[in-house]
Amino acid sequence: MFKQANWNEPLIYELSNGREGIRFKGNNEEFKQILGDISIPQSLKREKEPELPEVSEIEVVRHFTRLSEMAYGVDSGPVPLGSCTMKYNPKLSLKIATDKRLAFIHPLQPESTLQGLLKALYELQNWLASITGMDYCTLHPAAGAQGELSGVLMIRKYHEIKGNINLKDEIIIPDSAHGTNPASAAMGGFKTIEIPTDESGNMDYDAFLSSLSERTAGLMLTNPSTLGLFEERILDVAKIIHEKDGLLYYDGANLNGILGKARPGDMGFDMAHLNLHKTFSTPHGGGGPGAGPLCIKDRLVKDDIMFHDLLPGPIVIYDEKEKLYKIKWPGKYSPGLLKSFFGNVQQLIWAYTYILTLGPQGLKEAGEIAVINTNYFIKLMEDSKGYSLPYGNGRFRKHEVVLSAEPLHEETGVTAEDVSKGLLDSGFYAPTIYFPLIVKEALMIEFTESETKENIERFANRLKEIEEIAKKNPNEPKQWPINTTVRRIDMVKANHPKTITPTYRAGILRQKGILGPLR
Amino acid sequence: MEHEWIPNSNEQVKKSMLDYIGVKDVLDLYNDIPKQVLIDEEKWNNLDIGKKKPLDQIEVEKIMDNILNNNKIFDESKQFIGGGAWPHYVPAAVQYLAERGEILTAYTPYQPEISQGLLQMLFEYQSLISDILEMDVVNASMYDMASALGEAFLMSKRINDKSKILIPETINPFHLSVAKSYTSPHEISLISYKVDPNTGYSDIEDIKSKADDLSAIYLEYPYQYTGIVDINAKAISEIAHEKNALFIMGVNPLSLMLYKTPGELNADIAIGEGQPLGLGLNFGGPYLGIFATKWNAEYVKQMPGRLIGMTTSIDGSSKAFAMILQTREQHIRRSKATSNITTNSSLSAITAAIYISLLGRKGLKDVAESIWYRSHYAAKQIKSLGFKSPLFDGEFFGDFVVEFNEDFEKIRNKLIDFGILFGIPLIQYVPWAKNSWGLLSFTEVHSKSDIDFVIDKLKSLR
Repeated sequence: MFKQANWNEPLIYELSNGREGIRFKGNNEEFKQILGDISIPQSLKREKEPELPEVSEIEVVRHFTRLSEMAYGVDSGPVPLGSCTMKYNPKLSLKIATDKRLAFIHPLQPESTLQGLLKALYELQNWLASITGMDYCTLHPAAGAQGELSGVLMIRKYHEIKGNINLKDEIIIPDSAHGTNPASAAMGGFKTIEIPTDESGNMDYDAFLSSLSERTAGLMLTNPSTLGLFEERILDVAKIIHEKDGLLYYDGANLNGILGKARPGDMGFDMAHLNLHKTFSTPHGGGGPGAGPLCIKDRLVKDDIMFHDLLPGPIVIYDEKEKLYKIKWPGKYSPGLLKSFFGNVQQLIWAYTYILTLGPQGLKEAGEIAVINTNYFIKLMEDSKGYSLPYGNGRFRKHEVVLSAEPLHEETGVTAEDVSKGLLDSGFYAPTIYFPLIVKEALMIEFTESETKENIERFANRLKEIEEIAKKNPNEPKQWPINTTVRRIDMVKANHPKTITPTYRAGILRQKGILGPLR
Repeated sequence: MEHEWIPNSNEQVKKSMLDYIGVKDVLDLYNDIPKQVLIDEEKWNNLDIGKKKPLDQIEVEKIMDNILNNNKIFDESKQFIGGGAWPHYVPAAVQYLAERGEILTAYTPYQPEISQGLLQMLFEYQSLISDILEMDVVNASMYDMASALGEAFLMSKRINDKSKILIPETINPFHLSVAKSYTSPHEISLISYKVDPNTGYSDIEDIKSKADDLSAIYLEYPYQYTGIVDINAKAISEIAHEKNALFIMGVNPLSLMLYKTPGELNADIAIGEGQPLGLGLNFGGPYLGIFATKWNAEYVKQMPGRLIGMTTSIDGSSKAFAMILQTREQHIRRSKATSNITTNSSLSAITAAIYISLLGRKGLKDVAESIWYRSHYAAKQIKSLGFKSPLFDGEFFGDFVVEFNEDFEKIRNKLIDFGILFGIPLIQYVPWAKNSWGLLSFTEVHSKSDIDFVIDKLKSLR
């Protein structure tokens, strides 16, 4: 039976006991003899030393080891978070991506001394272009959302260069899209138009048609959608958006669902970002860092300006004459940089290793098994009354499936949240819940290709067991979880202006009466 | 194709699953994809992807070893280069702890009850940074300092709906490019204020003359491309607040062990680069964007990114941690969110928390003092060779500019042959430099003999 560790671990501040941590005392004395004491102008001197903990090395090691035992990753068990593609993070890649030889490379080291690394990054650009059916890729964006922002800024530049930006100020986004899509469009200065989803799970085609106008700058689409369903009229959609001179953007969060089977470039998409921390196995680190390369299909923008001239960030090019790999920094048509330097190179090398190991055959296998896992699970759940399968009746799902706990909720009052806590209690991480917003009591489940058949069966059995418990004793699920480090959390206290505590310092200052309520 | 990373790729398992689903071929599961779009297996297998075939782990290690060997790798102690990322020593315990699988392979802690350890680490990160900065609210991380700066400018505009932001002439050029990308769709104009060519300090009169109808004044502290710690920081803060504008500071967390903090200087927003706190260089990332603000509800409401808070379990029996004020974020507020950020640099933040905890108050101060001593010693030694060192005579920390007597890029290239990576030819990155100007950086990884070695080689070039 699952029972998570509970060390009741104090804050690192509470462990502080005046002991010495790691000190690099080096030979400061030597310098002191030459330079004297450190002389900083009085008006620039820090007045009070910071209230930082003072703990010995083993105490710190135990502290963070214990905390990690009260956390849960793919290495602990299944993390079937829909749209997060929590696949296995190979240890082979970990070994290579954390190599000292990479850690020591400064971002402004001359490129002539970095031919091995630049060649690999150049190849990765090409591989990702092949995988997506695109012509060019920039590896620059730090995460999926930054890839989206890059794309939106390119859409902006495209219409600016054509002299249409004052007119073209709307981006169309289906209501099933990830929240980052409308947020990225807004950050790029666009208004967003939301399109409903039809019964079959596609973007409502008529609503899409009537949303189009001369204001349409682009369309951001996730395919397969967050319902795990392929957009069936994608070719028509692409044709029509292009007729309006709108650009078609592919949210690559769900690429695992069609990996090796279909490519955004072949569907008419102009640009696509990829989440290397999803499809290409780089670890998510409890919330990042990730990497969100952006790939594009080239086209003429105006005069001799090509769409690839608009790519943000640095790109590796190969100089045939000099036989050298070089970095091309963004030119005058590009939105510029979105972070300092090249990109999250540790993640890029991790993904490079993953693709190198699997090859096209292995990537295709990964995509297929991810889809088989989803549909196997759906079949296992077919006889359940408590969970329904909204939208796209009879259609196969791809990388993920969204179940609705609404029937269970109506009958027993037990919610998707209660169900998720019941899953935690049996040692699974929970699915994404209450998303997409168009499904009531949504449980969005993605096993990826990494999950075993046995675990998928256990997961389905547990969902059915929860249903039975809920029907017998609807109050019991409200008490879950009981096997995790803590039980349900007081979110009112967490967010209330009088009790909100975002840092230890703020808590102390409030106790002393120096800080009042945050309102 | 059966593969060790894909358990159900075993032929028997796969067949039993397809049978149960009720399809003959896996292709049947893709029957809703238009035929023109479906990619042919043979075509796919011959695309430029990897080596066009799967490799075993021994083969992959060989190839990767070759890729890594095919670069010139400078020992940390022979790299005298900064410009936004610096060589620092990473204690063994930091990397070891940051690679714990429960953290490395976890997702964003959407389910707090099973993620308490991860949440507590992020809360401790926020807390430790808040004590270094003396700012009360710190978020759980941004991508890096440059993107944090872009977000800070957008936040400033949301707070006071003004469009003009003053930035220093000697701003980190990478940060400037990113700030422009972030602000360009939002009618924000970034206007530079002058820096005194002798001291490297900001020109207060120039700031005053430009300070009308402002959203914010930004100060880089120290300036990463001159190393100067601006003595006018307090005066700039006062000008900003007199004009009802925000004062935004960009900091190096290590320098704050010695110098006045954003809290002391009454900054409204402080951002910073967390790479010096235990993160490798990795040719540009991942790093860590620090983002902090004041105890002001309006500011916190407009803050981008994720926040972790301390609370209790509902029954009050134990302390607990959870993500707070989520209604600012994209997954709830969509197009009205304060930012589109979701995946951030959590593991970098956790790494920084481990680093700060391991060194503690004394250890961090040692590092800051080491940086001060080494950079001041090197500046003095280079001066004794007859160069203008440092070029700017204001207070500096870690980095400084030297005017040499020839094209600095040539000097740098000659020293590469001695295994030394010697600074940055400034003229390649900023408009205000001459080609003889080099930006040099010194940290705790450089011993006196490392510095004497490079001075010696420099002497031999003359």
